[in-house]
Amino acid sequence: MTDSVADISHMILQKLLENPKVPRDISDDSRIVEDLAFDSLAVMNFVMEIEDTLDVSVPLDKLADIRTIKDLAVCLHAIKAEQA
Amino acid sequence: MSVGIFDKYAALKGNYDSLMTTSPRNPFGVVIERPLSATIGIIEGRETLLFGTNNYLGLSQSAAAQDAAIHTAKTMGVGTTGSRIANGTFGLHQKLEKALASVFRKKHAMIFSTGYQANLGTISALVNKDDILFLDADSHASIYDGARLSGAQVIRFRHNDPADLEKRVARTDKTTGARLIIAEGIYSMTGNIAPLKDFVEVKKRHNIPLMVDEAHSFGVLGDHGRGVAEMQGCEDDIDFIVGTFSKSLGTVGGYCVTDHDEIDLMRLCSRPYMFTASLPPEIIAATLAALKEVENRPDLRQKLQENAARLHQGFKSVGLNTSNFISPVIAVTLEDIPQAITFWNALLDAGVYVNLSLPPATPDNRPLLRCSVMAAHSATEIDQAVETFGTIAKELKLV
Repeated sequence: MTDSVADISHMILQKLLENPKVPRDISDDSRIVEDLAFDSLAVMNFVMEIEDTLDVSVPLDKLADIRTIKDLAVCLHAIKAEQA
Repeated sequence: MSVGIFDKYAALKGNYDSLMTTSPRNPFGVVIERPLSATIGIIEGRETLLFGTNNYLGLSQSAAAQDAAIHTAKTMGVGTTGSRIANGTFGLHQKLEKALASVFRKKHAMIFSTGYQANLGTISALVNKDDILFLDADSHASIYDGARLSGAQVIRFRHNDPADLEKRVARTDKTTGARLIIAEGIYSMTGNIAPLKDFVEVKKRHNIPLMVDEAHSFGVLGDHGRGVAEMQGCEDDIDFIVGTFSKSLGTVGGYCVTDHDEIDLMRLCSRPYMFTASLPPEIIAATLAALKEVENRPDLRQKLQENAARLHQGFKSVGLNTSNFISPVIAVTLEDIPQAITFWNALLDAGVYVNLSLPPATPDNRPLLRCSVMAAHSATEIDQAVETFGTIAKELKLV
């Protein structure tokens, strides 16, 4: 069951590494736009995939404050907790 | 020390410079020196076939609309100089609102100065920061911008996917704020047609209003040209229909039609409606004339459908990658940007203008050559465009 921030972060990393274009050396602290070269659309589409895995919805305004993979994990964890 | 005002443009400048080193001309700087007809314009001094406009019925060149505009400009002047809620409402504005409501068989209509503002003005009047919007992931920029202006929470659902919408709506069933679902009729980049009837089922199950942008489908689909909702038999279940005058009607402006009597209150809290000058009277007169043509000339829609099928079939026959929907917007999907730039320039060199659409403005990160067909195109013009596409695709070894 994915419920801690660390679990969610691990799941995000695994999903990202399924994409061969993503650098192999990413970590919690990798910046999604700068280090992964995701544009705004790619970020939104990737978050959609994560949403389905966790059965949550992330409003777009929350994405504005997310820079790193850990930020995304913290955000998803908070939303999951709210929706529980 | 603070950064320079244009420092933020560094990445954009890099992309733009890179584009300009690979493209002999600026794809965003094409000038139609003048149109000779709906289908032919002078570009770079040469007659060029226009397959990249939104002039689906050819009405930008309507003689009736031209006459109405000239007469009105001469009798009423060329502008209103004011907002709809101050000095900018002429009798003609109300006449057009009544005509639009009647065409759509709705009780009310509200007109805006552009189609972009129609989405901004409608969305921001309907929801606020306490509310939730469900947007198709491939929504037009004006819908996303309207959502931002409203301050509502935005949840995207997968393009044209009612099951995905249902799942995301269900997650919010316990929310206290109001909710609104927004979809489009025809999607402007790909020509994909929305499954509105299925979206209606979702909205009914969860008791959420549904707004549909028929910008590219009004005048085009449905027995009377009222769009995808008419075609799919679900007009009565659409709460708000938004659209534009700048596609099939050939002028400029936008509208929202609805049965909700609160529309007069919307006029008082829609900033894109209030804080801008209203449409000039000659545009309203031309739009009224064009609207009559949409109503009285079903032959235009019939011809448009025939032309759309001809262009679609033509592209398929030469092996191009297009959507399976037959609509007046037909996009050829390519694999990478250099290929798209070379293809687009070769088309223009050969006398065919289409739109070059580059990621991230395209749905799946691949570039598109976006073509649009008109009722005014002749079969010969369509065949010529297909042949040109086929020849270039072969030269570039894409087929």
